[in-house]
Amino acid sequence: MHIVICIKQVPDSAQIRVHPVTNTIMRQGVPTIINPYDLFALEEALRLRDAYGGEVTVLSMGPPMAEDSLRKALGYGADRAVLLTDRYFAGSDTLATSFALSQAIAKVGETFGPPDIVFTGKQTIDGDTAQVGPGIAKRLDLQQLTYVAKIGSIDLGAREIEVERRCEGGTQMLKSRLPCLITVLEGTNEIRRGSFEDALCAARSQIVKWTAVAAGIEDLTRCGLRGSPTVVKRVFAPTARAEKAEQIETAEKTLRDAADELIAAIFTRQPPLEHELAFNNGA
Amino acid sequence: MSTANREPARPAAGRAGIKKELPDRFKDYRHVWVFIELERGQVHPVSFELLGEGRKLADKLGVQLAGVVLGPPGEATWYAVAEAFAYGADLVYIAEAPLLADYRNEPFTKVMTDLVDTHKPEILLLGATTLGRDLAGSVATTLQTGLTADCTELDVDTDGSLAATRPTFGGSLLCTIYTLNYRPQMATVRARVMPMPQRTDKPVGRIIQHKVSLAEDEIVTKVLGFLPDSQSAKANLAYADVVVAGGLGLGAAENLQLVKNLARAIGAEHGCSRPLVQKGWMPADRQIGQTGKTIRPKLYIAAGISGAIQHRVGVEGADLIVAINTDPTAPIFDFAHLGIVTDAIRFLPALTEAFTRRLSPHSRDKLAS
Ligand SMILES: Cc1cc2nc3c(=O)[nH]c(=O)nc-3n(C[C@H](O)[C@H](O)[C@H](O)COP(=O)(O)OP(=O)(O)OC[C@H]3O[C@@H](n4cnc5c(N)ncnc54)[C@H](O)[C@@H]3O)c2cc1C
Repeated sequence: MHIVICIKQVPDSAQIRVHPVTNTIMRQGVPTIINPYDLFALEEALRLRDAYGGEVTVLSMGPPMAEDSLRKALGYGADRAVLLTDRYFAGSDTLATSFALSQAIAKVGETFGPPDIVFTGKQTIDGDTAQVGPGIAKRLDLQQLTYVAKIGSIDLGAREIEVERRCEGGTQMLKSRLPCLITVLEGTNEIRRGSFEDALCAARSQIVKWTAVAAGIEDLTRCGLRGSPTVVKRVFAPTARAEKAEQIETAEKTLRDAADELIAAIFTRQPPLEHELAFNNGA
Repeated sequence: MSTANREPARPAAGRAGIKKELPDRFKDYRHVWVFIELERGQVHPVSFELLGEGRKLADKLGVQLAGVVLGPPGEATWYAVAEAFAYGADLVYIAEAPLLADYRNEPFTKVMTDLVDTHKPEILLLGATTLGRDLAGSVATTLQTGLTADCTELDVDTDGSLAATRPTFGGSLLCTIYTLNYRPQMATVRARVMPMPQRTDKPVGRIIQHKVSLAEDEIVTKVLGFLPDSQSAKANLAYADVVVAGGLGLGAAENLQLVKNLARAIGAEHGCSRPLVQKGWMPADRQIGQTGKTIRPKLYIAAGISGAIQHRVGVEGADLIVAINTDPTAPIFDFAHLGIVTDAIRFLPALTEAFTRRLSPHSRDKLAS
């Protein structure tokens, strides 16, 4: 079984600060990580390979330094890493990104064998759109299985797969066909610690690097800013509210008095609420 | 490749982002559409919230607001049509077929893109639910148009373009995104970000039926079953009138009981900030914020929560925000309406007790007299 998994190197957004005056992102010194959601997908891919045999190819589109993330993925045990890197990709929105990745996946298929499953994470933590996975599926005509919490049986002979997919209010049990694209939900599995051998291999492995042309992309106008129908017009900080919270003083007061005072203040601002709450309590 | 027959996404001329004259093939794209999400006979409330927002956009543009209902033949589907009218749609496109009974990407994408190709909307809005995101991504790719995810604000620009604002970089910034040279302009919006519009007594409008030209055996993915969430209360968090939440300031998993006690005393739902989910102190569907649920209660009480931007974006729609925090400089006091600088672990029991006292039947009689 050949599994391709797409990962993205992202800034650790927990550590991002916004410049208070210019409203720009201060990236200096912000470490980059593999998009955390992608790690669940990677682990799922590795488990399937371990269970069914085959190979896992990790693919990333990004600047040359995204190589770090690919090397990390090799350290977890992926068999091969491909980096799609070219200045033509700069400024890609989700449509342009899914175009480039789908072309690269097609090329991976030609070069290393067609994939049975393409994995992506549920979404990225910097873009948060959850759109790239569906975009790739559509372009490559793969069955699209998003928000998958569990992969059940795979019948490689019959080319069938069963998955559990989270949806509003419950879980859907689906039976589909290979090849498919699966976006994996967080918390589906525990991410392994790579073995010592894997770490050694990762350090020595050659990462396949493709430019747009090398990946077989002929129409460069479909990549990057030029291939992106969406345009960011304005970036700004959320407006601060004019007044700060009205404070309930606590000095020289019992907790009981402070609580009564807070409740009085709540019901002064929201008078009907008192009756609703009392009513809800069956009082 | 299924999208091969489409023209590639390419700006009308020159650099993307510069508004050129809209290509001729898009000139007759008109009207605002809202996808009415119907799953297992239930309309997701986000669809009504979107109709409320769609109404404003349609009025600004001077065009009609349409709902799009895809579902199995039967009462539930027609009920969704009536509800779409009641929440403001001028017309509803309806596609009925047994194969639209349970959501699956393939048939929904096919029918939706057919509808768009036939009737040409200029704006198409969907809920950012699991269903909406799954569908929106494939529809936008098939149509080769722009899609903006998880918008928190929608507006129409002076030149009639959709201005879709969404959080970026983990919520630290907002950005406004346009799809200038393609149609439809697509956006998803999370549940509870937009207010629920008034339900009106306008239960009729124009209905346009769309014939589904697709057979079950053409669809690869099959639904084997559905397992509803056992704790249905979990799903109520986003729609609760009163929510009490705890954060890392509570210090230990046991102290979450204090939050639950208060919630129980006032008939509220309880929630938490993200670190508590990461620590395994609470299940993920209790998380409030950018990567959790957006809530819009009448009253939100946050105990031991600092008010990071990713939390803030999930609670800003609350009518009244009350913060309990030991740190007077905590960012939550910048957007809370009422605050108390005190130890939540000691204060929560006192607050629970005080609420119980105040809301007891005895005191209610006093209040009435
Ligand atoms: C991509 C991304 C997505 C995220 N999504 C979300 C999200 O959806 N929801 C979310 O909540 N967070 C989210 N976060 C995390 C967010 O940035 C904050 O880290 C988180 O909200 C902080 O949680 P907290 O306020 O509970 O903890 P802390 O920031 O540790 O704050 C604890 C607060 O408790 C106070 N405190 C301490 N002791 C007491 C006491 N005894 N009594 C009262 N107060 C006390 C402290 O003064 C402090 O203000 C996200 C982060 C990233 C990077």
